[in-house]
Amino acid sequence: MTIERGPQAAQAQHVFEVPAYDNQTVLDVVSWVQQNADPTLSYRFACRVGMCGSCAMMVNGVPRWTCRTHISKVLEGNAVTIGPLRNLPVIKDLAVDMDPFFDKWVAAEGVHHGALTRDDPIPPVDAASPARVEANAGIECINCSVCYAACDTVAGNPDYLGPAALQRAWTLLNDAKDTGRVAILDAVSNKGGCHNCHSMGSCTTYCPNELDPMTAIAGLKRETAKSFFKRRR
Amino acid sequence: MLDLRLYMLQRISALLMGPLVLGHLAVMIYAIQGGLSAAEILGRTQGSVLWFLFYGTFVVAVSIHGAIGLRTVAHEWGGLKGHPLNVFMWTTGAGLFALGARAVWAVTFA
Repeated sequence: MTIERGPQAAQAQHVFEVPAYDNQTVLDVVSWVQQNADPTLSYRFACRVGMCGSCAMMVNGVPRWTCRTHISKVLEGNAVTIGPLRNLPVIKDLAVDMDPFFDKWVAAEGVHHGALTRDDPIPPVDAASPARVEANAGIECINCSVCYAACDTVAGNPDYLGPAALQRAWTLLNDAKDTGRVAILDAVSNKGGCHNCHSMGSCTTYCPNELDPMTAIAGLKRETAKSFFKRRR
Repeated sequence: MLDLRLYMLQRISALLMGPLVLGHLAVMIYAIQGGLSAAEILGRTQGSVLWFLFYGTFVVAVSIHGAIGLRTVAHEWGGLKGHPLNVFMWTTGAGLFALGARAVWAVTFA
């Protein structure tokens, strides 16, 4: 196993011989290195069952959730290369600073916009309405940043909000309980907004939960274009 | 880098260019039947308000569309940003417009 460490990760490759077992994930192998070969190796994980979104790393150059990726799936001639997530600053070894990712989540108005108090009745949610179906398609995001690391537009344009934040904006726009429509449309129309997306689709290809941020972003482009003509009148 | 306004300008100019490109290709295929000469082209375009509007609109749409598209390339591949990026976009647009407008004027009303 080759591990790319540090800010100039590609120039700091450390090679480790690791035992092969029938059942082990990429995260298991990284953990084996940390526990048995080099205790100074830093990496991040929590749940180990694909729910918390903290263990994403570059595996042979592509972003993956390492706790749910079987090592046999990614071996190339009995070897594998692990690096820190792309498009985010490296703190140490395989741990990246997720702040830019979550800051953009907020910048895209990925927050709840409520207008009711505890005394108001709970608004009904029609599970079959087209808007709810759109919202449901994107709400299983685990914030792992795999799509953000996969996105070539983020790589070339650091201001771009990225697929995860824009997909959350899209789910909130379609949420009957959220009243932030104008704020969301304004936030995703700014210079780092949804219109920078080139629809290359790496987000949708690599999302470990098989979500479709590219289609969500296309929805935002459609809605902002509609509101562009409405507001002009 | 690309806000809603630039995005809409680029999409609307693309919509305009769609039929104009098809018209341009159709005329090209029609015009080369039996050879092509400057006199034949000028005979069609000189003094024609229709061809002036056709290619005049085309030039405006291309200048807008191309300048915004190259702005994106200059930012993402060239690392240009802020004021220099705007200068680049406007210079590209003005350059494309000057080249195109000069040609359209030359074959219609010059």
